[in-house]
Amino acid sequence: MESIPFEHGLMLAATLFCLGLIGVMTRRNIVFVLMSLEIMLNASGLAFIVSGSRWGGADGQVMFLMILTLAAAEVAVGLGLIIQLYKRFKTIDIDVLSALKG
Amino acid sequence: MFESLGWLPTFPLLGFLILFLSGGGLPKRLIAVIGAGSIGLAFVAAIVVALPIISGDAEVIVHEVYTWMAVGSFNSAFGMYLDGLSVVMILVITGVGFLIHLYSTGFMIDDPSYSRFFAIMNLFVAAMLVLVLADNLLLLYLGWEGVGLCSYLLIGFWYQDPANGYAARKAFVTTRVGDTSMAIGLFLIFTQLGSLDIQESMALAQGEWGLGSGYAVAAALLLLGGAVGKSAQLPLQTWLPDAMAGPTPISALIHAATMVTAGVYLIARTHALFELAPDVQLLVALIGLATLLIAGFTAMTQHDIKRILAYSTISQIGYMFLGLGVGAWSASIFHLMTHAFFKALLFLAAGTVILSLHHEHDIFKMGGKWRQLPVAFASFLIGSLALAAFPYTSGYFSKDEILLAALELEHTGFWLWLGGVVGAFFTGIYSFRLVFVVFFGESAGHHEAREVTGVSMAAPLLVLMVLALAGGLIHVPTESVFAASEHGEHHVSALMHSIMIAVPLLGIALSYLFYGSRTLSVERLMSNTIAQGLHKFWFAGWGFDGLYRRLLITPYVWLAAVNKRDVVDTAAGLLVTLSEAGNSLLTRSQSGSLRWYILSVVGGTVLLITLGGVL
Amino acid sequence: MTELFYSGAVVAVIATLLVIVQTNVVHALIYLVLSLLAVAVVFFSVGAPFVAILEAIVYAGAIMVLFLFVVMMLNLGQRSRDQEKDWLPARSWLVPSVLAAVLLMQLTASFPAAQTQIVEVGARAVSELLFGPYVLAVELASFLLLAGLVSAYHIAKK
Repeated sequence: MESIPFEHGLMLAATLFCLGLIGVMTRRNIVFVLMSLEIMLNASGLAFIVSGSRWGGADGQVMFLMILTLAAAEVAVGLGLIIQLYKRFKTIDIDVLSALKG
Repeated sequence: MFESLGWLPTFPLLGFLILFLSGGGLPKRLIAVIGAGSIGLAFVAAIVVALPIISGDAEVIVHEVYTWMAVGSFNSAFGMYLDGLSVVMILVITGVGFLIHLYSTGFMIDDPSYSRFFAIMNLFVAAMLVLVLADNLLLLYLGWEGVGLCSYLLIGFWYQDPANGYAARKAFVTTRVGDTSMAIGLFLIFTQLGSLDIQESMALAQGEWGLGSGYAVAAALLLLGGAVGKSAQLPLQTWLPDAMAGPTPISALIHAATMVTAGVYLIARTHALFELAPDVQLLVALIGLATLLIAGFTAMTQHDIKRILAYSTISQIGYMFLGLGVGAWSASIFHLMTHAFFKALLFLAAGTVILSLHHEHDIFKMGGKWRQLPVAFASFLIGSLALAAFPYTSGYFSKDEILLAALELEHTGFWLWLGGVVGAFFTGIYSFRLVFVVFFGESAGHHEAREVTGVSMAAPLLVLMVLALAGGLIHVPTESVFAASEHGEHHVSALMHSIMIAVPLLGIALSYLFYGSRTLSVERLMSNTIAQGLHKFWFAGWGFDGLYRRLLITPYVWLAAVNKRDVVDTAAGLLVTLSEAGNSLLTRSQSGSLRWYILSVVGGTVLLITLGGVL
Repeated sequence: MTELFYSGAVVAVIATLLVIVQTNVVHALIYLVLSLLAVAVVFFSVGAPFVAILEAIVYAGAIMVLFLFVVMMLNLGQRSRDQEKDWLPARSWLVPSVLAAVLLMQLTASFPAAQTQIVEVGARAVSELLFGPYVLAVELASFLLLAGLVSAYHIAKK
């Protein structure tokens, strides 16, 4: 039976998560921010799958399914917001969203 | 109905309330009736209440009207105490007060604030009656403060002119210094003796504090401070000349007959305490002597008719203090009474002169007015004779008694007597200087002036003239009060006696030579530089105003200017300042930038995980 | 299997890295699709073929395509590409990288040591769970999708 060290799987998930985090923090284009969020979601799903595989059950996969559903709904709403942003401000720069200043 | 002593202050108080609450809307005749009538009723009540004491049936009448406060062992009540001393005071206050109110109904008839005038006058009489009838020092202090308040309101009666407001504030603040001293004295008496009831505390003091004990000296000094403030003696005498800014009737009532005598009354009331501290008593006499001399010098140089009378008042109260200081209690009270008569007469006559000459105050712009102002002339003549202690006027008897009593004192008695005699010399000079300059000689202005009189103004003057002449025959029923302290008949040599009679006459003669017949020239006297310097110095009241300005007022104003951004306020607002600073600091973290928020979320998460791992 | 795992992992990391540093949106999307496919390979290699396919079809196939539609619709053009370059100076990467690195270190420190046996858990096992204990979760997921649908419609409307 082949086996993969558990830490390596989780390490992969953590790496991808942190990369996505960097993207969210750094980028000014809202589309990129949303993409980075997707990366993060995907990474957490990966963590679930690897953990589920470690225990040998299907629960990890079920959880991933839920995450997938969540990601889908979130992307739909997020893209709608992006469209609104573009319509209103004619730009995709998130720095214009500063009405909560002060 | 009149058995109750409480009715006495109630009549004027009711007058005040009616006039105050009606807000000046009543017709003038009604205001006059209420204003003067309430004092008249009080006078009648005073006579009724005083009869038993005068006739000798009773020595003391006590009546408690109302319990004011009872806290623990401290019980203070509105208690009224009537004895010979209070009888003299209430009769003077209500009697002379009524005459002055009657005069004012005519004098103030053209004033728009007629109602306010009588309202405050009534309140004043009520407060003064409370002061003299109080059986405990706390109630006395209530009356004390009340008269101070009314004095302020009345000096600044014509408040549209800021100078009047300034004079009123000056009077109030100066007497306040004295009031504070008196309050501390009250605290001392209460904490040491446990009671503020006058008779009780005096008895306790005699028992617990021996002769010359520190507490007695301290308490007497503090009470003296209060008396000095209210009675315009050294060093707090600067307010009285400026208080002449008020209408003349109030100068007559408050600053001649009644309020300024409150200090004399206080010392007479607490005479047992002063007898326990002979050094303080001597100080009283010395203050009286110094004041009467200083005021006498100053009065000789003044040219405002009311200021001359004001300095004269200060000087005469100095005589009363002198009498108190040598232990001549009854004599001082007697002089208080006669002074009330002739000084009120002089002030009211001055009011007539001023009104008739269209508000002219400068005596050197008058002259030769005896034909035009007959009633005023007669009043001034009689009043000045009494003031200068012309033989057989009321002033003569009372001043004589004080000076004779002064002689009785060993060591310093002679010097006190001598000072009093010198003062009498000056009194003669300045009082008749006034008479000669105003009523004789060439007219320097207002040639067509006619006297302003009506029954309401002439009648009080006539009554006061009679009292000023015959008042010396009134017997003051204060033997029972001062029984333990009085001396017997005075025996002095004929020489001393004749000196005392002759000196005022010399003064009158001297002023006749200068101002009456113009035999001696004032101008030649004044051409000397030394004389000019002295004149300037005495004219400024011996420089006290300037001294106080430099010593007290200027540093205080400087301090207030330095503290413009109020140190205490800043400290109190420190919390606010800190909160605002914290707020402005923290709002900078709300930049509105989404990326900043994300960054802070991640940073916070990392921090939390770190802390979770560490702790 | 293990080689598949590691190669898939390497590709995924590199592709993700390229996604976040891209200036061109469409290129970034393509790289993201690549990353997702690599992760699908990883799924397959740890014995979850069902979700591997699901990842490829749903995530890479539907969600990314949705992204692409919107990006095309926005039609940003050259100006936006230049803008992107302006917005990404070198120093703007510093702080986020540091924070993320710290987070990574903290996460790494918490991993338990274990070995994952590669057992293939097929679709049948997953469906048994979905219709069994997790049926409620399925229903909730459908609510979520409905809510997402309705809100997306309304938000994107005028």
